[in-house]
Amino acid sequence: MNWSIIIESTLEAMVTKNAVVFALAAIGLNIHYGYTGLLNFGQAGFMAAGAYGTGIAITQWGWTIGPAAVFGIVLSVLLAFFLGLPTLRLRADYLAIVTIAAAEIIRRIVKSTQYSEVTGGSGGLNGIGRGFYDNNPIDSGLDLGIVSFSERELWFMVVGWGVVVLCMVLTYLLVRSPWGRVLKAIREDEDAVRSLGKNVTWYKMQSLILGGAFGALGGIMLTLEQQSVQPDQFFTPTTFFAFTALILGGAGRVFGPVVGSMLFWGIIQFTDVSLRQAIANDYIPTWLMDGVQAGQVRFIIAGGLLAALMIFRQQGLFGNKREVALDDH
Amino acid sequence: MTTDAFDQVEPRPGSPKRDTILSVDGLVRRFGGITAVDVDHLEIQANAITGLIGPNGAGKTTFFNLITGFDEVTAGTFQFKGEPLEGVPAYKVARKGLVRTFQLTKALSKLSVIENMKLGAVGQTGENPFKALVRPLWGSQEREIEARADELLKRFKLYEKRDDYAGELSGGQRKLLEMARALMADPEVICLDEPMAGVNPALTQSLLQHVKELKDEGLTVVFVEHDMDVVRDISDWVVVMAEGSIIAEGTHASIGKNQAVIDAYLGTAHEIDLGTIELDPEKH
Repeated sequence: MNWSIIIESTLEAMVTKNAVVFALAAIGLNIHYGYTGLLNFGQAGFMAAGAYGTGIAITQWGWTIGPAAVFGIVLSVLLAFFLGLPTLRLRADYLAIVTIAAAEIIRRIVKSTQYSEVTGGSGGLNGIGRGFYDNNPIDSGLDLGIVSFSERELWFMVVGWGVVVLCMVLTYLLVRSPWGRVLKAIREDEDAVRSLGKNVTWYKMQSLILGGAFGALGGIMLTLEQQSVQPDQFFTPTTFFAFTALILGGAGRVFGPVVGSMLFWGIIQFTDVSLRQAIANDYIPTWLMDGVQAGQVRFIIAGGLLAALMIFRQQGLFGNKREVALDDH
Repeated sequence: MTTDAFDQVEPRPGSPKRDTILSVDGLVRRFGGITAVDVDHLEIQANAITGLIGPNGAGKTTFFNLITGFDEVTAGTFQFKGEPLEGVPAYKVARKGLVRTFQLTKALSKLSVIENMKLGAVGQTGENPFKALVRPLWGSQEREIEARADELLKRFKLYEKRDDYAGELSGGQRKLLEMARALMADPEVICLDEPMAGVNPALTQSLLQHVKELKDEGLTVVFVEHDMDVVRDISDWVVVMAEGSIIAEGTHASIGKNQAVIDAYLGTAHEIDLGTIELDPEKH
C-alpha cells in the first residue's frame, strides 16, 4: 500500500475542482432545504443553466468571462422563477417532483442533436474561457511536501474558494437577518408565517432564486476549471452528491455545505485510491473485486458511511443536536 | 364595560350589532357534496369577546379559515371594517389587522421563543433580502421589536424561556407563545381557535385573564371553544354553529335555554341529518 499516494490524492480532492463546485451547489441547497425547507431535487439543472449559459455566451457569442457568467446566473434566476411560479403555492413534494424533472429536461435538451449547433450535443462545449487561465497571475506551483499544486490548480483554487467564501458571507449575513428568520419560520410552518402577514410564496421564490444562483455559480466554476462542459455532468446523481455533502456537513449551518463537500470528495477519493491500492497489492483478491469495480464500490462505501452518520449523528457534523431532537415533537 | 354594547341586541341568528367590525353574508363553503359552512348573516361586535361554539364538525374552524383567507369561499361575501375580504390572501388579511391562531398550535419549534415573537412584527425593513444585507438599515427597528417582544413575553410569563427553542415549551406555553406572537402583528381582531385545548387548569386561568386584557386594550376577540366554563367566563356574546349554520346567538345565559342549541348538542336531529349524507362504502 502506497499511503503517500492515498493521502495526497485525498487531500487534493478535498480542495480542488469537485470540492469547490459541490460546495457552491450545496450552499444553494442549504438555502433551499436547510433554511427554507424547499426540496429542490433539480440543483443539477441550475448548475447546468449556469454552465451552459456561460459556455454558450463565450463560445457562440464571443462574450468575455464576466458578462458570460452573469448571463449564466440570469438564466438560473429565470429557471427558478418559472419552476417556482406554478409549484411554490403547492405542497413541498410537488416542487421536488417538478425540479427533478426540469433538471432532466434541461440535460436532455442540451444533449439533443437538435440544438447541437448551440450546445454541442452530447459532446458538449469545448474551449470555454481560455482567458481564465491566460489571466493567471500565479507563475509557480506550490509544493507542500505531501501534496503539491500546479499554478493552474492554484489559480482555480484561489478564485473558486474566493467565490465560496463570498457565498458563505452572503449566506451568513442573510440568515441572521429578519429575512433569514422568515425563511426559517417557513421551514417550520408556512401557515403560521402566513397568519403573521408574510407573503410566504414570494419568500419561497426568493429562496429558490438565491439558492439556484449559488448552484449556477457551481456550474460556472466547473466550466471554467475544465474549459468545457458536457451534458451528462448534470445528471440526477449530481444533485444528490450535493445533497449528500449538505447533509454530511449539517443543513441549516453556514459552514455545513462547504465542509460537507470537502469531506464527501475526500471520502470518495480515499476509498477509491485505497481500494485500487489494495487490489494492486493483492490485499483484496481479484475474484472479489477488480480495479474497475473499485470505482463503483467507492460509492457503495460512501453511501454506507452516510447511512452510519444518519444513525449516529443525524444533525451532520455542524448541526445542532438540540434542534434535531425537536423533530420528535 | 362593553357588555352594554349588547343591551339592545336581539338574541337571534344574524342580529345586527351596534358597532360591527366584521360581517358575513351568504358565506358558503362546500367540500365536494358536503356543505361545511353556510352562514346567512353574521355580525361581530367590535371591542368585545365573541365565543363561537358548536358540536364537532359544526364548521367553526372552516369558518375561521374562510374569514382569515386560509380557505376559499364557494359563495358569499364578508367585510372587515366595511372592506370586502373575500379572495384576499391570508397574509394580506393578517396585515389588515385580522390575525388568527390555530387549533393545533403552530409554534415554530426550531426558532427560539424570542425569534418566534420577533417574526410576528409587521413592516420589518430587514425582511427585504437586499436591505437584510446591511444591518444598519434594520438594526434599530430590530431593537424596538425586541423590546416590544420582551414586554409581551414578560406579560405572558414566558420571559425566562426567551432563548429556549419553542419546541421545548410545554403545550400550554406554546398556546401562550402563539397568542403573544399574534399580538406582535398588531391585530385589531384576533381569532383564537380553541385557545384552551390541551392547557392545564392552572394555565387556563392565566390564559383567560390574558384574553380579557386584550379586550381592555381595545381588541376584538373571536374564539372557538368547547369548554363551556371558559365560554361562560369570558364571552360577552356567544354564537352557536351546527352543521355549518348559525343556529343561535345571544348572551351565554340566553344560549343555555335555547332549544335549537340543546338539540344540536344532544342530537335530537341526529337521525334526520345522517340521512342527508350519503355514505356509500363502494365509493371509497
